[in-house]
Amino acid sequence: MALRFQQHPGLVAYLTAGDAGLSPGTPVATAGSHVPAHLVVTREIALAAIDAGADVIELGVPFSDPLADGPVIQRASERSLARGIRLRDVLALAKELRQARPNAGLVIFTYVNPVLRFGLKAFADAAAESGADGVLLTDMIVEEASEYIAEMNRVDLAPIFLAAPTSPEERLKAIAAHSKGFIYAISRTGVTGKRQELAADAAALVERIRRWSKLPVAVGFGISHADHVAEVGRFADAAVIGSAIVELIERSTEEQAPGVVARFIEGLRQLHPAQAL
Amino acid sequence: MASGILPETQTMSGLRPGRFGAYGGRYVPETLMAALEELEQAYIEAQEDSAFQAELSSLLKDFAGRPTPLYFAKRLSEELAGPNGGPKIYLKREDLLHTGAHKINNALGQGLLAKRMGKRRIIAETGAGQHGVATATTCALLGLECIVYMGEEDMRRQELNVLRMRLLGAEVRPVTSGSKTLKDAVSEALRDWVTNVRDTYYILGSALGPHPYPTMVRDFQRVIGLEIREQILAKEGRLPNAIIACVGGGSNAIGAFHPFLADKEVHLIGVEAGGRGKRLGDHAARFDGGLPGVLQGTYSYVLQDDDGQVALTHSVSAGLDYASVGPEHAMLHDLGRAEYTSANDIEALEAVVRLARIEGILPALESAHAIAECVRVAPKMGPHDILVVNLSGRGDKDMGILARELHLQGAQGE
Repeated sequence: MALRFQQHPGLVAYLTAGDAGLSPGTPVATAGSHVPAHLVVTREIALAAIDAGADVIELGVPFSDPLADGPVIQRASERSLARGIRLRDVLALAKELRQARPNAGLVIFTYVNPVLRFGLKAFADAAAESGADGVLLTDMIVEEASEYIAEMNRVDLAPIFLAAPTSPEERLKAIAAHSKGFIYAISRTGVTGKRQELAADAAALVERIRRWSKLPVAVGFGISHADHVAEVGRFADAAVIGSAIVELIERSTEEQAPGVVARFIEGLRQLHPAQAL
Repeated sequence: MASGILPETQTMSGLRPGRFGAYGGRYVPETLMAALEELEQAYIEAQEDSAFQAELSSLLKDFAGRPTPLYFAKRLSEELAGPNGGPKIYLKREDLLHTGAHKINNALGQGLLAKRMGKRRIIAETGAGQHGVATATTCALLGLECIVYMGEEDMRRQELNVLRMRLLGAEVRPVTSGSKTLKDAVSEALRDWVTNVRDTYYILGSALGPHPYPTMVRDFQRVIGLEIREQILAKEGRLPNAIIACVGGGSNAIGAFHPFLADKEVHLIGVEAGGRGKRLGDHAARFDGGLPGVLQGTYSYVLQDDDGQVALTHSVSAGLDYASVGPEHAMLHDLGRAEYTSANDIEALEAVVRLARIEGILPALESAHAIAECVRVAPKMGPHDILVVNLSGRGDKDMGILARELHLQGAQGE
């Protein structure tokens, strides 16, 4: 139960909680679960992802106005919201995942407003009680975060902040000072989404972060295949894969999705011999 | 702390930069932070640069047509006199500005700032299209590339403004996510900015969004209130009893109100869109059903459900159809310094007809909400009172909606 990366490079898998793709399929068996039926699919996918080698699962709580996200995660958020998924449901899911996989890292990933509405203190208590390890709010910057950080510290949850290629040194220093668990380095300017090439920005950013922090650094945004993961492994501790997974889920039936995601994650650490240098 | 941007604000709101009381701030992806800090710095420098201020003043005067008249609406005053004798009603004629609304004040200010910062690619969001047209106009004037994000629903209901923007050389990008209105256009503009942040300037159109926008847009719109003060003193020798303005994001209202904040005897009334009913989703009255929260970079009143999901909104006027409100209005609301009311779709439509027929002025549907409030309060006022209504824009853009809603075909002369 910690944000530790067992292998190198580590893998962080993002899932929009409650998104089970476009095709309804046969409902997955819900025996013994206390989460809504649509989250059972997310649970099965998360378990499969962990078993396939994901060190950390980011459980995305859908928000109506995801301004940091590209079209793939926007669509997933809309589907999840249409199914009535709420923050408290996602925390219930986190609890089940924690019980089922005590050693996996779990991060609650969302925007500021759902957390404010829940109540910052109540959220901190509930998230800690669920067994989550950390929280990432994409529109929370360190300057606005003093109450949030205090609450995270009170319940021993890791506040995870984003660092961007555009962040100047003094901002990286502040981000490093307030982060716990790991620092999430954004590989390029932009919203979430797959890209063909990994931006050259990423390595330089990670190098700059390392001047200020000894925490592991995970690189995300645009990472979608094994080449990217291998490249990230040369300069960072972990790779975050989001839209690529969400898109696979979008294209799969509910029954297929866990297996499809597991095979994809296994493949992320397997390079063709010619590329394995 | 950041900025002597505005001493008045800081004394009212404490020390956190970009805060209006508890409201405002910056809630954005980290990628934008450097750009917001750069913008704040450039804005502070521009404010202190007399050459910048002189260029802006010159454009506001010779290009945009400032100062706008403060017009005594004699027949409207007579009609709304009521049992107490009724006030003298003055209309601040922002509708007479170039491009047809107050939005040009801010677009010119930010356009000059973008040029000063060396940014040649301009993006903007628009609801009713007035800010989009003002931005497209500014970009044409200054030789800048212009991309405007507009919800598909708004493109449909404000088609004339879409055509104007295209004629002016701007690219209008339809936004198809969410409710396809202003909120979604803001999100899409922010997504563009976060992607192209190094060479792009985002001209935000209302007193919304992350710091420094609410302060900067307010400052560029303050000219409205400063002129009202000068003009009413010249005409009446005293300040008005009340100033009424419509509030979407709230830029015309904050511009009209701000120079009067210290004059406690001047009653300030902001009018939100009451839409078609009181149910969440049927209106855009943030102070009558909204709760403090974070939307699109700022902490303010937000129409939202129990889970913190932002609610859909409705108004006949695209420019007021937004789930949050400028953070300075949130502070003025909590302090009780300004009063916030709402007018519904029908009241706004009736106000359009009334002003058109009695004064020969066709107000924008947004501004008609302020007229509707004037219709309510004027009869309660006395003959020695003075009421100023900020007529923030003209209604030509709304002819399609008006024709449909008012059944204008065949209804002449009723």
